[in-house]
Amino acid sequence: MNWLFFLLLLVAGSAWAGEAKPMGDDPAVEARLKQLAGELRCLVCQNQTLADSNAPLAEDLRREVREMIAKNMSDREIIDFLVSRYGDFVLYRPPLKTTTVLLWAGPFVLLIGGGVALAVTLRRRQRVIVENAVITDEEHRRVERLLSPGVKES
Amino acid sequence: MSRFLLPLTIFAVMVGFLAVGLTLNPREIPSPLIGKAAPAFSLPQLHDDGKTLSLDDMKGQVWLLNFWASWCSGCRTEHPILMDLARSGVAPIYGMDYKDQKHEALAWLDQWGNPYQVVAVDAAGRVGIDYGVYGVPETYVIDKQGVIRYKQIGPLDDETVTKKILPLIQELQAK
Repeated sequence: MNWLFFLLLLVAGSAWAGEAKPMGDDPAVEARLKQLAGELRCLVCQNQTLADSNAPLAEDLRREVREMIAKNMSDREIIDFLVSRYGDFVLYRPPLKTTTVLLWAGPFVLLIGGGVALAVTLRRRQRVIVENAVITDEEHRRVERLLSPGVKES
Repeated sequence: MSRFLLPLTIFAVMVGFLAVGLTLNPREIPSPLIGKAAPAFSLPQLHDDGKTLSLDDMKGQVWLLNFWASWCSGCRTEHPILMDLARSGVAPIYGMDYKDQKHEALAWLDQWGNPYQVVAVDAAGRVGIDYGVYGVPETYVIDKQGVIRYKQIGPLDDETVTKKILPLIQELQAK
């Protein structure tokens, strides 16, 4: 009985297995589209790429990009086409300009600032410990006794 | 006291940045088309598909281009404002029926009223892409030379119309 069930599963599996139908016919065009669309932001659902989004606008833009690829336009030209209409916002990797300097340099500025702050704090704390430690002679002798080999604290 | 000053300052600056961030609308993406020539189009008219509407038809006047659709709820929201604008006659409003069904668009205008001089049909949304439309409604103010001067993303409201759009139209008409 079990083998029959297993066979049924296999048959059923193969019935709906298979790759999603590609939107276009030319695999080379689709490959370029996929690679380009992964770099571009969908404007409707802003945290998805143009490749991931199912928004109608994303579909339209993919169609537009597909046609531009078919017309043999370069990646640069296609991206310029979109940026001229939707601004730098469509790019997941915005260009380095005066308005985006903070965006690009910000993390490094924070990292360096944090490192400097950490170094300063550590150095200051070390100095405080070394200079302000008050140890009596009795404590000194006890430490030496504890650190010398073979001595047990009674 | 002074040891709390630095963290407190950093905290205050962060709160300042976040407070400003909260008031920004992430859906409003500044259009690179402001100050540029409006993209050309030539599309069939909704009420008479034998006729076309093209950008050159509006040359020499200050006009509004409103992208809308019968399926768009924001268009319903701003519709009374467009009707008021049309009644006041300050500037002609041209409609762009964006990715819509013709009979539904016509029924929508019949039901709620038609503020547009002419409505063109952008069934595939291509002209929308040329104008950088990513969500209807969107409204453009275009000057006599055919340059885009203002873009409203989302529904128009009374404040925007009285404070921004009407003064801009007057300024552009005076030129």
